[in-house]
Amino acid sequence: MWTYMKMLQYPVNIKTTNAKLATAIITQLGGPDGEKGASTRYLSQRYAMPDNRVIGVLTDIGTEELGHEEMIATIVTQLTKNLTINEIEESGFYQYYVDHTIGILPQAASGVPFSTASLQSTGDPIEDLQEDLAAEQKARITYDNILRLCRDEPDVYDAIKFLRAREMVHYQRFGESLRLVQDDLDAKNFYAFNPAFDKKAPCL
Amino acid sequence: MENLSKKDLMKVIRSTNFAIIELALYLDTHPEDSCALDTYHDYHKKFKKAVSIFEKKFEPLTVYGVDDENFWTWGNEPWPWQKECDC
Repeated sequence: MWTYMKMLQYPVNIKTTNAKLATAIITQLGGPDGEKGASTRYLSQRYAMPDNRVIGVLTDIGTEELGHEEMIATIVTQLTKNLTINEIEESGFYQYYVDHTIGILPQAASGVPFSTASLQSTGDPIEDLQEDLAAEQKARITYDNILRLCRDEPDVYDAIKFLRAREMVHYQRFGESLRLVQDDLDAKNFYAFNPAFDKKAPCL
Repeated sequence: MENLSKKDLMKVIRSTNFAIIELALYLDTHPEDSCALDTYHDYHKKFKKAVSIFEKKFEPLTVYGVDDENFWTWGNEPWPWQKECDC
């Protein structure tokens, strides 16, 4: 189970609205490399993970990603607060506005709604951890792209920089997790069997 | 810590909370690192103290922290995405 804590992991206080920027940043909530994909991926992969230490990593990083979803949703909410209809029409936010007003729906910047089709839970710990390493890098690159777009918005820049740094830490921890799982396998052939499904041959 | 303003006490909670999350992730893959474990316990002690003072003086941070015996105060103060929130 989970317990909600009524605070953001890192503060978000955006003083000026910017609807155009919101249309880009929403992608880190519901886009292909966004935070909802991250939490869903890690929290789903836990059940087939054979190493209890790595289950801890997936649980704790997956939980942190839930907090990052809240930060992104907060950034989008504050960027679109009290917009006039003229600002909505001129900013390119009108396509989002027509379906969701200024409510929050996890979707990509392109308007594609959040889908688990952009992530995997293969039931094989090595494959899953390789995907997690890639996922952290892809999220980091998306944050790099967002940082270029918000270079004149210090309040947004600051929060995005924090989220970008977390991707680096998670990448490191997933790298260690992969090593922990591999240390428990046949070093001559990591892919000889799926340790979460196949029985280990007695000679290995 | 008892005399800190709401904003400053929240700063203590947020920073110790961050240190705990960061140390927990590290300890997940390095459970035998006793130095990191000591640091974890130091931050955890400070965090628990700050949360307990905050919930007594200001507002609950979780549903386990409603201190008022007469009123349900969970929704009294702004939520984290609202601009007037200090959290």
